[in-house]
Amino acid sequence: MTPEGVDLRLRLAEASERAAAFLLDAAIMAGILVALTAVAIGATIGAGGKGASSQIIMVIWLLGFFLLRNAYFILFELTPRAATPGKRALGLRVAARNGGRLTADAIFARNAMRELEVFLPLTFLVSRAGPVDTWLNLLGIAWCSIFVFFPLFNRDRLRVGDLVAGTWVVKTPQRKLMADVAETAFAAQGDFDFTQAQVDAYGAKELQVLEEVLRRMEARTIAAVAERIRGKIGWTRGPIESDYAFLDAYYLALRARLESRLLFGRRRRDKYDKA
Amino acid sequence: MAELRLKSFRFRAEREADWLRLEALLRKAEGRSAAALSAEELLAIPVLYRASLSSLSVARATSLDRALTDYLESLCTRAYFFVYGTRSSARERIGAFFTHDWPSAAKAAWRETVVCATLTVLGAVAAYMLVMHDPEWFYSFVPGGLVEGRGPEATTQALRATLFDSSHNQLLSVMATFLFTHNAEVAIMAFALGFAFCVPSALLMVANGCTLGAFLAVFIQHGLGVEVGGWLMIHGVTELFAVMLAGAAGVQIGVALAFPGERTRLDSVSRAGRGAGRRCAWLGPRRPGRRRSVSRPTTGSSANW
Repeated sequence: MTPEGVDLRLRLAEASERAAAFLLDAAIMAGILVALTAVAIGATIGAGGKGASSQIIMVIWLLGFFLLRNAYFILFELTPRAATPGKRALGLRVAARNGGRLTADAIFARNAMRELEVFLPLTFLVSRAGPVDTWLNLLGIAWCSIFVFFPLFNRDRLRVGDLVAGTWVVKTPQRKLMADVAETAFAAQGDFDFTQAQVDAYGAKELQVLEEVLRRMEARTIAAVAERIRGKIGWTRGPIESDYAFLDAYYLALRARLESRLLFGRRRRDKYDKA
Repeated sequence: MAELRLKSFRFRAEREADWLRLEALLRKAEGRSAAALSAEELLAIPVLYRASLSSLSVARATSLDRALTDYLESLCTRAYFFVYGTRSSARERIGAFFTHDWPSAAKAAWRETVVCATLTVLGAVAAYMLVMHDPEWFYSFVPGGLVEGRGPEATTQALRATLFDSSHNQLLSVMATFLFTHNAEVAIMAFALGFAFCVPSALLMVANGCTLGAFLAVFIQHGLGVEVGGWLMIHGVTELFAVMLAGAAGVQIGVALAFPGERTRLDSVSRAGRGAGRRCAWLGPRRPGRRRSVSRPTTGSSANW
């Protein structure tokens, strides 16, 4: 995927995440609009009704509304993170579908299409009219919903705008570098001496489950898992041995065993893998 | 003993500082912009990125620490987008846009522009003929909100006043701003609608022409043809052309979707989309703000708000 030939294994955003991100953005936009309107009304009253100043306020309000409606998405997606605040909150970003650069044209095109996907259906929804026009409106809504629900009908969850601009939305969650679970086990290693057969009981998949259990630190899960493993490998519990220390030590031993075999080219996927 | 046995642990200990440094630099760059970085830091990023990428490959092959590989994956993704992502600054982009990108993009779409212009003219001519024949037609072409006392039954004096007298309109600047934003919306709409196989864009062009034709007919019937022509030259030409160009961009997308040729449909559309986006991007801001609504294009849907 990268020019260096390493596959980054990007995952595409789910439709639900996209919708949530959009709703967040819409809420932010609505909030800004309300604030802008309140300020404009306040300023108009302060300026004393009619006159040149109230005209200027009106102009500012109109321009503000216009910018909010059209430039909000474009400006945020032009930043290095290529994501609006809503997308950031959900760990998403826009990327070019061919893996190349995300150009400004693409960002403009994908957001101009929002006109079709969001604002056109909205105008149909809010417009009121006589009986004939109501039917026309209903037809209009049906027609628009093709565009609104477009992402649900393709595998890559492309909006119409994504389709036209050649972009898609991918997950880029930000992760912290966590301490190695094995680190705490080095000190206590002398107390546990597992035999070859005992560390051969499990594979990589179990190791990763064990890693997660150790990271979560839930006393009940740890006790249950420790009991299970003791039973499986035939380990008798020592007098002062804690469940966590046992699991940690076993994790270290298992990982050392699996990794050293990995270096010789044998990857053991799970406990059923006989490699 | 343990240290020797767990190679992945040593692997991590040796490289951890680089990863954390890259993460810190990325946070700085993403938070503000690349300009926040010093030259030295900027040069360090690609190096650190490649180092992390190679760490990722090694970690995938030799380490079984899941949290570590996940972390490296996300770090490399972020760095990848920074190194290969949007790079040019906004100012550079705008400069290149006006001097080169926009003119060439507009030239490349001359066929679509001609089609849109033809549709507008056809609409205008048809509406002109019909209104000349029977003034009642005027109201089928022009939505009520746009008339503003410029209907067929208005006196010559009143019509002349709308052209030359600016004192009657106290809220001129508000009106101009409203029209400016509204017209930009219509242009974007003309562009977006092209996706539905060009038909709505084409209809919009015809409707726009009809409104124009109907107004022309009314003014000419009252012997104000030259005046309204001159007035249109100043106020309407740039904006009419802008709407035509936006329509052309939309049509291009629609055509790419309907007739992809040798490329796949998806590829064809996204190529057309980027070119058309470039064409459309600055249409709104290009137009002068002070004008009246004769040439204001309308559709049922966009006139509502």
